[in-house]
Amino acid sequence: MDPDVILFWVVAVLSVASALTAVLHRNPVYCALALVMALFQVAVMFVALDAHLIALLQVIVYAGAIVVLFLFVIMLLSLEPDAPPRGRYGMRAASIMIAVVLGVEIGTAALISEPGAPFRVPFDFGSTRMVAQSLFTEHLLPFELTSVLLLVAMIGAVVMARRRA
Amino acid sequence: MDVIISFCTALVALLICLQVTVLLLWIERKGSALIQDRVGANRANLFGGLLPFNLGIVNTMMADPLKLLTKEDIVPAAADRLLHWLAPWVAVFPLFLTFAVVPFGDVIVVGGREINLQAVALSGGILFVLAMVSLGVYGVIVGGWASNSRYAFLGSVRGSAQMISYEIAMGLALVSVVLTYGTLDLQEIARLQGRLMWGVVPAWGVFYQPIAFVLLFIAGIAESKRAPFDLPEAESELVAGFQTEYSGSKMSMFMMSDFIEVAIIAALTTTLFFGGWQVPFLYRDGFHFPGGLTVAIPSLIVTLLQIVSFLVKVFVFCWIQILIRWSLPRLRYDQLMAFGWKKLLPVGLANVAASAVLGLLLEGWTRT
Repeated sequence: MDPDVILFWVVAVLSVASALTAVLHRNPVYCALALVMALFQVAVMFVALDAHLIALLQVIVYAGAIVVLFLFVIMLLSLEPDAPPRGRYGMRAASIMIAVVLGVEIGTAALISEPGAPFRVPFDFGSTRMVAQSLFTEHLLPFELTSVLLLVAMIGAVVMARRRA
Repeated sequence: MDVIISFCTALVALLICLQVTVLLLWIERKGSALIQDRVGANRANLFGGLLPFNLGIVNTMMADPLKLLTKEDIVPAAADRLLHWLAPWVAVFPLFLTFAVVPFGDVIVVGGREINLQAVALSGGILFVLAMVSLGVYGVIVGGWASNSRYAFLGSVRGSAQMISYEIAMGLALVSVVLTYGTLDLQEIARLQGRLMWGVVPAWGVFYQPIAFVLLFIAGIAESKRAPFDLPEAESELVAGFQTEYSGSKMSMFMMSDFIEVAIIAALTTTLFFGGWQVPFLYRDGFHFPGGLTVAIPSLIVTLLQIVSFLVKVFVFCWIQILIRWSLPRLRYDQLMAFGWKKLLPVGLANVAASAVLGLLLEGWTRT
């Protein structure tokens, strides 16, 4: 069997397992750690697809920063394991609907695409140069809009923190 | 054959990491003694002091790890056993990987085969270092939480906030370095520093990016959680912070992760700002001094000189970190946060902007 295929199946099983743990485990700290595991598996997938830059950014941004902040908040609130869910039921219904829509989407994509058809990409696909080039030429406007969005979010956070203080 | 070569370079990188770590254990104990006007570790001596000189370096290096590894391993009754066991591994493992992308020598040609003296030639080497260092925080968080102790928990909360804050300054310093060299590859960066400025001064990064060097070094010391930034373990306030409830071999792993971080910061500073494995005026065929003097040297010796040069520089920066650790008092927590966010961050941003503008104005100023 092709080593790439073996790697894919190992990573796929692990990522689904850790994603399920993240959703279903009763202890919020375990959930956050399982989320890190799932993000890691996705990063490995990116490496397997030769997208090293995306894989590294995935680890730096999600595993290295965002989930650390999740954990930080979980610990500060000291959420008890087995505590009843704090969200309203509307949240649950919305998340189930989103999951169903995503599932249908992925399922149709898998059905439509030809099985075993080689997925052709340029050889330096996912390299830093390639990503930077498409980001700063083709997708410059969305890129700038995203940075403005982040800036707005940051300023909003500062304003809200000031009002409280 | 390729597999064997990769195995060897990876092994050398790992051994450099491990040996520097073990040596640091001794250097820290003796160095702190020197600074505090004590004798320092001298109990572990071969042949009971019959020799005229103290073989302390050998013995301390063997006795300390042996002692730590054979001690009883105590797990608090209220601890989360799985995470308590996992945390030291999480703390140490990513740091070992960091050395995989640090180049310790130029490409050597043996029997017509080019061997890159770097375990993994990753095009995004700097990002890899940043990713692995940022994962080190999980050991602190998980360890402190799983111990189920107030001191440990306070330490881990402090640690996570501190490491996230100083990572930003570190990242900004790295961005300005990348702007200067135009590459993320550490080997490429080391090679670019082999040229000369005005024909005499080696074109080391510290001359192009002095502010980034200071930023990276300060942020690096904060990342390694050592004084003056040792609030996560602050022994006068929190017993031992996040590692309070750890003993024996698990505690030694946390200790080792600290030393590896010191070595990583030293290796990173060396590679980015002090020429990496470069020896001034040494090229593949020997020394070419300004003024026309040339000394031919066989390529194998050139490689050895490069590796020695890399290690010497790494040890110099390790020593500077030890000096800082034993001479500066600990910051207060609000000072720590204010310093990171109100001083380092604006300076880092200004430095990135200045590097970008200068880079555009003097198109290819570093490439000439």
